[in-house]
Amino acid sequence: MAFVAPKETFSGKVFEVTIGTDKAISFGGENVLPFHSFEGTVPHRPVIAYEIQDVPPEDWPETVRSVYEGVSSDPVSWARFCEDKLNAKAIALRLIGTHPDRENKGPEEAKKVVSDVLSAIKVPLIILGSNHVEKDSEVLVAVAEAAKDRNCIIGKAQEGNYKTITAAAMAHNHKLIAMSELDINLSKQLNILITQMGFPKERLITDPMCSALGYGIEYTYSVMERIRLAALTQNDAVMQPPLLGDVGTYVWKVKETQASETELPSWGSLKERSITWEAVTAAAMLVAGAELLIMRHPEAVVAVERFIDELMQ
Amino acid sequence: MLIIGEKLSIIAKRVREAMLKRDKAPIQEIAKEQWMAGAGMIDANIGPAEDGGEALMEWMVTTIQEVVPLPVCLDTTNYKAIEAGLKVHNNQWGRPLINSTSNDPERFPMLELAARYNCQIIGLTVGKGGLPADAEERAAIAAEIMARAMEYGVPLEDLYLDPLVLQIATSQDHAQKVIEAIKMFKEMNDPPMKTVVGLSNISNGCPKQLRPVINKYYFLMLLDAGLDAAIADPKEMAEAMEERPLFEKVLFGDNIGDPKKEMVMKKTIDIILGKTLYAHSYLEM
Repeated sequence: MAFVAPKETFSGKVFEVTIGTDKAISFGGENVLPFHSFEGTVPHRPVIAYEIQDVPPEDWPETVRSVYEGVSSDPVSWARFCEDKLNAKAIALRLIGTHPDRENKGPEEAKKVVSDVLSAIKVPLIILGSNHVEKDSEVLVAVAEAAKDRNCIIGKAQEGNYKTITAAAMAHNHKLIAMSELDINLSKQLNILITQMGFPKERLITDPMCSALGYGIEYTYSVMERIRLAALTQNDAVMQPPLLGDVGTYVWKVKETQASETELPSWGSLKERSITWEAVTAAAMLVAGAELLIMRHPEAVVAVERFIDELMQ
Repeated sequence: MLIIGEKLSIIAKRVREAMLKRDKAPIQEIAKEQWMAGAGMIDANIGPAEDGGEALMEWMVTTIQEVVPLPVCLDTTNYKAIEAGLKVHNNQWGRPLINSTSNDPERFPMLELAARYNCQIIGLTVGKGGLPADAEERAAIAAEIMARAMEYGVPLEDLYLDPLVLQIATSQDHAQKVIEAIKMFKEMNDPPMKTVVGLSNISNGCPKQLRPVINKYYFLMLLDAGLDAAIADPKEMAEAMEERPLFEKVLFGDNIGDPKKEMVMKKTIDIILGKTLYAHSYLEM
């Protein structure tokens, strides 16, 4: 008798989420563990969004900042560059300049940036606040309105501000990122609270909080993996939204993406090392269950796309 | 089933203040309430009590036993305070219980006290390093504590094994592992070993209105596994015993004619058994 590989099938399924309008894109929808297409259906490949921000990336390390030299002083030209030159499938605009400790830009300014970027691009837009609980609830409410009818993702809604942000996403028909801090039970709780407000769980994206390779990635990995297992094996509907890996912002802060070759010769080429760091972190998130990634360096994105190609075969 | 009233704990503000002021009234009131509600023993948790622990434990034991004809469970890591409590304990109301020894060498002297004062003792199945990972590890530590008890001359009938209940909100998988551990402990000796849990820790960190629900149903599941004693709220446990016949029906999948209650029981069983991922709002899902 011929050998038949055992297959694991599940009762649950990840929600399929479509974002954008002109060049809409979908992710999620699988009823198997990441890339286990031999056991079920994997209708979409994971999506990688290029990260841009509303202010010049002066805090980004040279390796990744230099890629966007000449375009990054203006979010519109930066977004166009990503869409036209890098063939970005989606763009994530981080409104970091609204943070009170940064440029402290107001909701009106944020609104203008969002409108300008949206009129310049066709690919879907992910609009992120500055991760300041109070300020985000003002800013994201304003930009949700500015982005209406464009089917964006807005975020991140957290325990301290989910009510206003959820209401804004609901009113203007956006998808919503729900972020909790590396705790599977709190992640579930936040998704419950958001859906109890009447927000459809099918429009949620769960962010269990990312971390970079070497800096607690195993915690993110484990939480993602357990969320995915709850979605599939327990058919837990509030755990079935796709998962986000907000990779770039964590990776490009760690020493391995900053320390020069003269400082640490044994670590080898800074460029190669830092791009690899982002790619490897992203790959780990995908294998753990992420369907949506936000990344910065084009070479790291290309490497991860190739990794996805191979796993999707 | 022995219920050890948990309410006289230094963690509670009212109790802490009474302890500091040596104000007998609140202590005695709480002790009496627990006795009336069915407690068979009263826990006196004075914390680590590094300063003045001896006088405090002495005062607690006498204050409690002045109004309640029950033995006291002496709950502190301070060896001298335990001994001071044992010296004044009125054994007419039953033998005292030391809470606790463990597999940490620093806690071995507690066994010496148990032997010398002919009292009972709780063996918490933790070692020096970290928490036990599963039921098997708990059983392995239990075996070491049993061997140690015999070495010190404490009869195994006087040892209560405690598998260490962890918070369901953060360590959901341990809820079931503790149930397994109780079953394993019972089989480790003939006659079976006695078992005890610090019950309410299961719902520590859960929303207030959820705590009695989880405490009660977890208690009933531990009872089914063979639990002998629980440090718990005697009122909650009395309610649990009243609900037991219904709960057993739900456990076996029978209809109890009260859909709302049945749902609460079913959902809580699923959380305890790890069939559903815990979230604070699990009852609302």
